[in-house]
Amino acid sequence: MAASVSGNGYLSGSNLERVLRAGHFAVTGELGPPQNADGEVIRKKAALLKGYVDAVNLTDNQTAIVRMSSIGAGTIVVQEGLEPVIQMTCRDRNRLAMQSDLLGAYALGMRNVLCLTGDHQTFGNHPNSKNVFDMDSIQLVQMLVNMREEKVFQNGEAFKGPEPRFFVGAAESPFAHPVEFRPLRLAKKVKAGANFIQTQLVYDIKAFEAFMEKVRALGIHKETYILAGVGPLKSPGMAKYMIENVPGILVPDDMVKRMTAAGAPWAGKSKDELTKEDKKACSSAWQQEGIQICIELIQQLQKIEGVAGVHIMAIEWEEAVKPLVEGAGLYPRPIVANPVEEVA
Amino acid sequence: MIVAEQKSLNEIKQLVGAAKNVLVVGCGTCVTVCFAGGSREAAILASSLRMASKLEGGPKAVTDVTVQRQCEWEYLDGIAEQVKEAELVVSLGCGIGVQAIAEHFPETWVVPGLNTRFLGLPTEQGIWMERCAACGDCVLGLTGGICPIARCSKSLLNGPCGGSVDGHCEIDPEVPCAWQLIYDRLNSMGRLEFMTEIQPAKNWRTSRDGGPRRIVRNDLRLAAEEE
Repeated sequence: MAASVSGNGYLSGSNLERVLRAGHFAVTGELGPPQNADGEVIRKKAALLKGYVDAVNLTDNQTAIVRMSSIGAGTIVVQEGLEPVIQMTCRDRNRLAMQSDLLGAYALGMRNVLCLTGDHQTFGNHPNSKNVFDMDSIQLVQMLVNMREEKVFQNGEAFKGPEPRFFVGAAESPFAHPVEFRPLRLAKKVKAGANFIQTQLVYDIKAFEAFMEKVRALGIHKETYILAGVGPLKSPGMAKYMIENVPGILVPDDMVKRMTAAGAPWAGKSKDELTKEDKKACSSAWQQEGIQICIELIQQLQKIEGVAGVHIMAIEWEEAVKPLVEGAGLYPRPIVANPVEEVA
Repeated sequence: MIVAEQKSLNEIKQLVGAAKNVLVVGCGTCVTVCFAGGSREAAILASSLRMASKLEGGPKAVTDVTVQRQCEWEYLDGIAEQVKEAELVVSLGCGIGVQAIAEHFPETWVVPGLNTRFLGLPTEQGIWMERCAACGDCVLGLTGGICPIARCSKSLLNGPCGGSVDGHCEIDPEVPCAWQLIYDRLNSMGRLEFMTEIQPAKNWRTSRDGGPRRIVRNDLRLAAEEE
């Protein structure tokens, strides 16, 4: 790692950092906070993920839709004995607000932050709002690393008192355009100090292998931990929707065909012909196939040099994480002792 | 140029309200070129307001005049008499023109007939696109003459976000991705260094974020002080 390490040998000492440093293939998950003030939702989802992931991402007003804040939800996740990765976008806050939220998040026990640009607000449920984008994701990485390493605020002023020591992450979308620039953009994020990377959903292993080859040629995989994004398909419709509507997601035809084939016994019938039980059975068959495909993807990703783990995005389908992690042979999750806690 | 478009006739009628004696003031510069508020548009609006008021049973006296530039006092001086006689002025200038009239003729009520949209240019007949955000600290010399502040939906400085698809921005297939344009241009000219180097957080003080802006040129002020 480029950055210096603290007294105990760790940058942040987070569980995610310890698992990665110990050389284990890491597993992170994702938890979408609710569009209301119900903390129970977070507790229920955390219970589904606990023990199956090394840390869980709390999304930050994902797709520009107002949800419980990532730090608020992260606090509940900490209480539930699971480690959060706080997602922070540049869309909603300027550098003052971001820094104060980071100080608060650290004081509340959060140790990992994922720095994101953020979806444009025109996608979300407040399209009339003003966006901020005071900084971009790379500058946000830089700010967090400087807080930890140089012990300074973004303006260069030194901290009087303890600085927040986060394990700093960034995202990369390997198949967004211009494709040739993506490895260079990843290199930039790592140069800015990103300790770990979580990628956009990968379905096309061949395309991802080509991306990783370029990443390895630049030597980036040795300077950061790359976690490949995976997510189980719920239906052939979901695959088609993503292909058409989500930038940077490639789903190979074979995969769509496999999903379609899983629902073959119920295919060709109109909605009225299918009973409730039929529909349930069909969607369950799709889900089983989706999980199976995802397990195979994780196993293929494990073989790619430079892939340090997977980031499972099963938003609103947190139940899928357990069979995925077990099926991929990644359960139980490793326990890497925290030297600070041992001393205490 | 400053690109503007006319408000709907309904909105302008509401802004005019009960005023009986109305002067429509066009502007002969930017808004003439973008067909929003020149002498032709001023004449058409005046006649539309006259007709509408007649149909609604309360005919108004609506006249029109166009000045070379609404944003300079000397041109406004030329219409001082007409403005004084009017009960209300509809400015077909940009937001600067409206404010210049309000400032220069404090006793006159002035309303805008246009929505000032952006600083841009016509890319083809009938299509105007934004080009400059007037951020006050120009980066065009580094980006190959394509502005990421005005043309990237997120004003990013370190390359495209994950929403760049087939050359367009995630917000709209009609909006080109500024960073794809910058990448193509820098790449073709062998100058990709700008995109591979980390660009620090921008100083927004020179932009609107620093408050209303002002330029003082002492070299030009000396003459006035000597007077």
